[in-house]
Amino acid sequence: MNEWFETQKAKFILNFIDDNRWKYMWDGLGVTLKVTFFALLIGLVIGFVIAIIRSTHDKNIENMRKGPGWVLMKIANALCQIYLTVIRGTPVVVQLLIAYFIIFVSSNNKVFVAVIAFGINSGAYVAEIVRSGIMSIDNGQTEAGRSLGLNFTQTMIYIIIPQAFKNVLPALGNEFIVLLKETSVSGYIALQDLTKGADIIRGRTFDAFMPLIACAAIYLIMVMFFSWLVNKLERRLRNSDH
Amino acid sequence: MITDTLINVSNLEKHFKGGEIKALDGVSAEIKRGEVVVVIGPSGSGKSTFLRCLNLLEVPTGGQILFDGANITDPKCNINIHRQRMGMVFQHFNLFPHMTILKNMTLAPMKLLKKSKAEAEAKAMALLERVGLADRANAYPSQLSGGQKQRIAIVRALCMEPEVMLFDEPTSALDPEMVGEVLEVMKSLAHDGMTMVVVTHEMGFAREVGDRVIFMDSGKIIEENTPNELFDNPQSERLQSFLAKVL
Repeated sequence: MNEWFETQKAKFILNFIDDNRWKYMWDGLGVTLKVTFFALLIGLVIGFVIAIIRSTHDKNIENMRKGPGWVLMKIANALCQIYLTVIRGTPVVVQLLIAYFIIFVSSNNKVFVAVIAFGINSGAYVAEIVRSGIMSIDNGQTEAGRSLGLNFTQTMIYIIIPQAFKNVLPALGNEFIVLLKETSVSGYIALQDLTKGADIIRGRTFDAFMPLIACAAIYLIMVMFFSWLVNKLERRLRNSDH
Repeated sequence: MITDTLINVSNLEKHFKGGEIKALDGVSAEIKRGEVVVVIGPSGSGKSTFLRCLNLLEVPTGGQILFDGANITDPKCNINIHRQRMGMVFQHFNLFPHMTILKNMTLAPMKLLKKSKAEAEAKAMALLERVGLADRANAYPSQLSGGQKQRIAIVRALCMEPEVMLFDEPTSALDPEMVGEVLEVMKSLAHDGMTMVVVTHEMGFAREVGDRVIFMDSGKIIEENTPNELFDNPQSERLQSFLAKVL
């Protein structure tokens, strides 16, 4: 038993203490969080905009006057459909590689490329989640807002989105967790995130167990923490349903 | 008291599916300032569609609506400005469930009339006082009964100080014992001289409060008269058979 413990201790020192190898994981963790955070922001913005366009189209197109607004709505909806189909129909790793090696070929900023790629990818999923939330809100809410004189944007911002957001928060939280774990493929463009950091250590020490298990544990702890956070937010927003 | 025309509807049409279904088939009507007009008719007669066209929640496919002289059916018209002056009350209340009663009532005045929070809340509290619900100001809609919700919906619309109030079957979704409290509020509103268009199945209310009753069927106005004349001396066969069933 004592011998086993000594071996593990030696392995730990080899993998994390020697040559300050822990820094690979520490810096990688920073990159992972940075990419996830900014990709999440981009995803939310894209997702909400597309969800609003798509749901407005679906709810109103039949009642709209056939004018310039109608044409614009049709075109915007078609563009959103194409975006959703392409992004959800191709693997995220391929999208990341295309972003790095084709679209941003002149950029050396890998974090930037990863943020854009993951953000655009996440936006497609967020869009469908938020759209389902908006569609679930009774039409009477929109009518009540509009009948008071609020315009379309005001009705969305003050009445529809807050209610829709509350309804889809669990699904959005899940998407956030998926996104966090998905960034682990960043190594494909040689971006040193948490996973890549652990893998570099494995390559240096020829010991797979310690760095990979540590890496898995860190992801797990983060996911548990963020799930707890989303849960708390959910409970706070549920204030009005007594 | 009744002087000039507030809403003038001429030859209003609302067709669905390219004319296959005619929810409104050439409706013309005039609503004068201070008048209480009650619209009755069987379900599917187009009376709700007619009401919802008045503030363009339903966009008519033909005809014209003049509101206080402005042609609101003109595509270039900014309907939001006019809707601020037309309150609407729905069958299913449509209170905003994520806001307190007070916020429900102050949202539009603060955003649209640019009232300060204090000003909007003072107005809201005065109106709540009037309908006896001042103590529920900080409650959420889910904590209220149906009758209370509808009274709140009425005063929420009143917070915008509208010229006319449109009621779309305001008591149809209520428990029978709560109908009275809502009708009471509507009656007092009528006595204060508010212009009202009311779609309802409450014949008692129509007779007691209405200045004029419109009977609609299959998208057309069949008969239009003072309540006493219309109920006691119906001319058309359709109205006679309708009244025989509901009275």
